[in-house]
Amino acid sequence: MSVLLQLDNVTIRFGGLTAVSEVSATVNEHELVGLIGPNGAGKTTVFNMVTGVYQPTSGGIAFAGKPTASLKPFELTERGIARTFQNIRLFPSLTVFDNVRVAFHLHLEHDALHSLSRGPKFHREEIALRERTRELLSIFNLERVQNEPAKSLPYGDQRRLEIIRALATQPKLLLLDEPAAGMNPAEKIELMKLIQFIQEKFRLAILLVEHDMKVVMGICQRIHVLEYGRKIAEGTPAEIRANPAVIAAYLGQEHA
Amino acid sequence: MPPKSQLWLLATLVVAGIVSAFSGRIDPYFLDVTMGVGIAVTLAASLNLINGFTGQFSLGHAGFMAVGAYSSAVITTNFGPKLLPLVGGQVWILFPLSLVVGGLLAALAGLAVGAPSLRLKGDYLAIVTLGFGEIIKVIFQNVDAVGGARGLVGIPNYTNLFWTFGVAAVTVYVVWALLNSTYGRGFLAVADDEVAAEAMGLNPTRYKITAFVVGSFFAGVAGGLYAHLKGYLNPGGFDFNKSIEIVVMVILGGMGRHVGVILAAILLTAVQEPLRQLGDWRMILYSLLLIVLMITRPQGLFVWPLWKKKQA
Repeated sequence: MSVLLQLDNVTIRFGGLTAVSEVSATVNEHELVGLIGPNGAGKTTVFNMVTGVYQPTSGGIAFAGKPTASLKPFELTERGIARTFQNIRLFPSLTVFDNVRVAFHLHLEHDALHSLSRGPKFHREEIALRERTRELLSIFNLERVQNEPAKSLPYGDQRRLEIIRALATQPKLLLLDEPAAGMNPAEKIELMKLIQFIQEKFRLAILLVEHDMKVVMGICQRIHVLEYGRKIAEGTPAEIRANPAVIAAYLGQEHA
Repeated sequence: MPPKSQLWLLATLVVAGIVSAFSGRIDPYFLDVTMGVGIAVTLAASLNLINGFTGQFSLGHAGFMAVGAYSSAVITTNFGPKLLPLVGGQVWILFPLSLVVGGLLAALAGLAVGAPSLRLKGDYLAIVTLGFGEIIKVIFQNVDAVGGARGLVGIPNYTNLFWTFGVAAVTVYVVWALLNSTYGRGFLAVADDEVAAEAMGLNPTRYKITAFVVGSFFAGVAGGLYAHLKGYLNPGGFDFNKSIEIVVMVILGGMGRHVGVILAAILLTAVQEPLRQLGDWRMILYSLLLIVLMITRPQGLFVWPLWKKKQA
């Protein structure tokens, strides 16, 4: 298995605060990796560095063998990194269909001028894209609400739509930021199935930030643990469960 | 067989041409108002791309209009006698060329203002564009070559029904066609959530600049039409109030609605005429009308269905 994402001694400081300190971690191709840690451990900050929202103060990040320094978020998406957000960020006024359709944008050949000329090439491409959008929506049973504005969907469907939209960019690596937040136990089980299904079906690597231990332990192949911006452990779910440092930092508080 | 939207555009141009050919029989006052309506539709539809669909707040549309108005007026007025023989004395070649040049210069101004300032959001962008509009006005007021504060006079009256409605139709088509594509949905996505748009691989800056440049181009062309309709340009006419007037059309039409904004532009231009008889009371009544409309229909005057309240 080859390394898809590599963090090499990544550090970021905001003023005097070191939010993430010398974190090294990898995600392999087609691997489902968890990133856990107590509140404020720096998980989302790591996400934001991987997706180009923040630039690390020192250390390097490489994706598919190439450094990602100074690339903007949309350029990283072009390279194959897609994400969801901790607090759902759909395009609320766009329809469910358009939310997904717009994410196919990356793989468009046409641009503004083709939109204006509306020639045969434009129509062929639009028809093909609509077909792919419908296909993707139907895999997740959302085609029945495809003409509703995204903001009118129930919470769980909004979460799913955000994942589908990320998939439309055809990523190699999908970053999920607390997808189980606000879900009830039944929804969480659904979500676990969904994540595993996506990983299988789309053959991609997933990096999952999650608070819910059941979800993380249940589906991840490997887990990185952060505390106060430092990495304190790495291993399989079984290893992490048995790791004394992790129990002290995190599980200890929950399962004591 | 071209797509239906282009057939509509073609049909509108043909109708505008035919009506224009018979415009000698139309009452001149009515003709003047009608052409003013066409220019207003162009201004509102182009600003709608920036403020409505892309979610930016520009208060400088009159400034871009002024750039186009003065540029095209200078071409036809000062250089007209030299240029006209070059195109075989044909006004119908010189005039659209001057409009396009005016539009391009306005687009350039749009790029110059937009590129550095589009990282600003909401109120901040509004203030920068407002400042730009005022600067343009002051520049024209102080350049003697274009008449300074006295204004530019003797502009040939080239504008007719065909050009005003032709340009309005092209503007509406361009804005509609840009938005109705997978590419074009990006404008709406950027308006909805820039961070999410960027995470989906869209380049928000590029979308915003495109909207700004295309919007200012058509504002510039509308300015050219205005100059050759009135025959006289006064820099004071492109002040903050003019920008606000266009913003009001966009808001009243329902931000980011194609038909609503066109109807609002028509209504707000036409309604000024009967009010004119009221003399000084006109602006008071006009303002009152705006207040009442904004209170009763905050979602926009012409948002379909007309009777349904806006959902929270």
